[in-house]
Amino acid sequence: MDQVPIFDVKGAVYSYNETGPPALDGVDLTVMPGEWVAVLGANGSGKSTLAKVCNALLVPAQGACFSLGLDTSDPGNAGAVRQGVALVFQNPDDQIVASVVEEDVAFGPENLGLPSGEIERRVDRALELVSLTDLRKRGSYSLSGGQKQRLALAGALALEPKALVLDESTSMLDPDGRRSFLGCLGELNRLGMTILQITHAVEDIMFSGRIVVLGAGRVLWDGRQHGFWDGKYREFGFSEPPELALYRELASRGLIDPLTAPRVDDMLEALCL
Amino acid sequence: MSIKLDGVSYAYNVGTPAENVALDGVSLVVERGEWLSIVGHTGSGKSTLAQHLNLLLSPQSGTVSVDGELVQIGTKAARGLRRKVGLVFQYPESQFFAETVRDEIEFAPSNWGVKGDDLKSCVDEAVSASGLDPALLAANPFALSGGQRRRAAIASVLAMRPEYLVLDEPTAGLDAAGIRDLTGMLSDLRERGMAVVQVTHDLGVALERSDRVLALERGRAVAEGTPEEIASYLAENPVKGLLLPPCASFAHRLRSRGINVPLTSGAAAIAEAVEKARAVMR
Ligand SMILES: Nc1ncnc2c1ncn2[C@@H]1O[C@H](COP(=O)(O)OP(=O)(O)OP(=O)(O)O)[C@@H](O)[C@H]1O
Ligand SMILES: Nc1ncnc2c1ncn2[C@@H]1O[C@H](COP(=O)(O)OP(=O)(O)OP(=O)(O)O)[C@@H](O)[C@H]1O
Ligand SMILES: [Mg+2]
Ligand SMILES: [Mg+2]
Repeated sequence: MDQVPIFDVKGAVYSYNETGPPALDGVDLTVMPGEWVAVLGANGSGKSTLAKVCNALLVPAQGACFSLGLDTSDPGNAGAVRQGVALVFQNPDDQIVASVVEEDVAFGPENLGLPSGEIERRVDRALELVSLTDLRKRGSYSLSGGQKQRLALAGALALEPKALVLDESTSMLDPDGRRSFLGCLGELNRLGMTILQITHAVEDIMFSGRIVVLGAGRVLWDGRQHGFWDGKYREFGFSEPPELALYRELASRGLIDPLTAPRVDDMLEALCL
Repeated sequence: MSIKLDGVSYAYNVGTPAENVALDGVSLVVERGEWLSIVGHTGSGKSTLAQHLNLLLSPQSGTVSVDGELVQIGTKAARGLRRKVGLVFQYPESQFFAETVRDEIEFAPSNWGVKGDDLKSCVDEAVSASGLDPALLAANPFALSGGQRRRAAIASVLAMRPEYLVLDEPTAGLDAAGIRDLTGMLSDLRERGMAVVQVTHDLGVALERSDRVLALERGRAVAEGTPEEIASYLAENPVKGLLLPPCASFAHRLRSRGINVPLTSGAAAIAEAVEKARAVMR
């Protein structure tokens, strides 16, 4: 009861320039501590803009954004907001600041003025979480595309933030790497971290408790997985998860009984009788 | 008409303690009119390989030949290659340099003397094929959203009208409709005789849409073949970083129980094959 929302966006409007429609056109979004929210939407719908508003990098021209209970329009709050809300950018190059991997990860904790033992602990843990320990002495700019993305994630995790805002931060991971990173997010979420995850990938969405869809700078849908995959997803142009496609194809041909075969293993058993 | 890599090896920072072998004796052939997907774990050497296809990087051992001719950096054949082989980078930002999206897309063709109506139709075609909103042509490329940047980068390479099109993770950052449009476009280009090489982490797209797949592991080619062959290989042999996508994995499990279904054609084809198998049994 009476918990302070992690993000409380109220009627936020944001424009990059005077011409054309605004990037955010009256967005309302309240995210409570411990939630894992997937933010979807077509290209150009305002997702990255919303991420920057949540992190106090951009301030709404109309409406307001409270992050961790702090009004982001007050420049005095920006430091505290960015300390508690870590944003991982869409392009990791926008975020890499130091020339050696482990120094780059240490940059955030150093800025927080933490003692050196604590910095070391956080760097080790963050590198381990994204499987980058082997490359800790490597030059940051000599990494492959996916390795850079892991570095950007490690930098955010080392802040041990209250909330993590991920802007398509798994787009360059290999299938196995994506799955293990999602497992790691699941663990952090269970420990109480709030996650706002912008993504186009169906695999990512399956883990979040809530789905928000943006379109032309507005919230088109805000609800649970269940209602979304019932058919709403089609309206927004999304592809269904392959497991669901299999299930529907098999059920529509009467090959499985929808009631007795809700999982992949059940479907297999039903077909192999 | 093909690009042929023969025993190509490449290491970064040769002769320093940071020496790092990225490609280790990789051979491959890409024919015009086919779609080859390159897959592999993070850091397996895919981008390094892609950059050998237009000699942005040149092999430290092994050879690259195009249309039967050996090419080496600095030669006339190598300069011709840049025109024949279009490369879309993994991060679109790394190829932007112009003030506006239009300048970006016009750059290569106008450099080669394409003018007036020809230039206009070249740009229009590339913009419509990439799905870029034409209203964004006047914008600065860095004022675009992630997916809009991807489309602009693809358009600027299509405007070169290359014979070989190499795309490094082109679906990253695209929305679902963008991915469907892109894969449809790549199929069309392949039908029209272009060679398409797609580096991708999306094994679903690689298996369902391309003609051939090459899997890299630690700089070596570990498997190469049709999507069917690669799916069976992955089902039997673990390859670092790769997981068989859900439909293929389901199909493989059905097969191992004696129900013959295609491995790489998606959910509808699997259901259809099961239905047929049932009908035969009855
Ligand atoms: N720096 C900028 N200057 C001007 N316009 C911008 C800028 N950044 C984004 N825009 C515009 O604002 C709108 C919303 O962009 P935003 O980056 O928030 O979209 P997005 O939902 O993140 O899209 P994507 O999935 O493609 O990354 C787009 O029309 C985009 O062109
Ligand atoms: N400029 C560079 N200097 C030194 N090493 C590099 C450089 N670029 C890449 N490497 C290394 O070479 C190896 C292959 O990198 P490459 O970029 O080809 O991988 P990739 O398969 O494209 O990976 P990803 O899927 O992450 O994009 C990696 O170990 C990478 O760290
Ligand atoms: Mg974005
Ligand atoms: Mg790469």
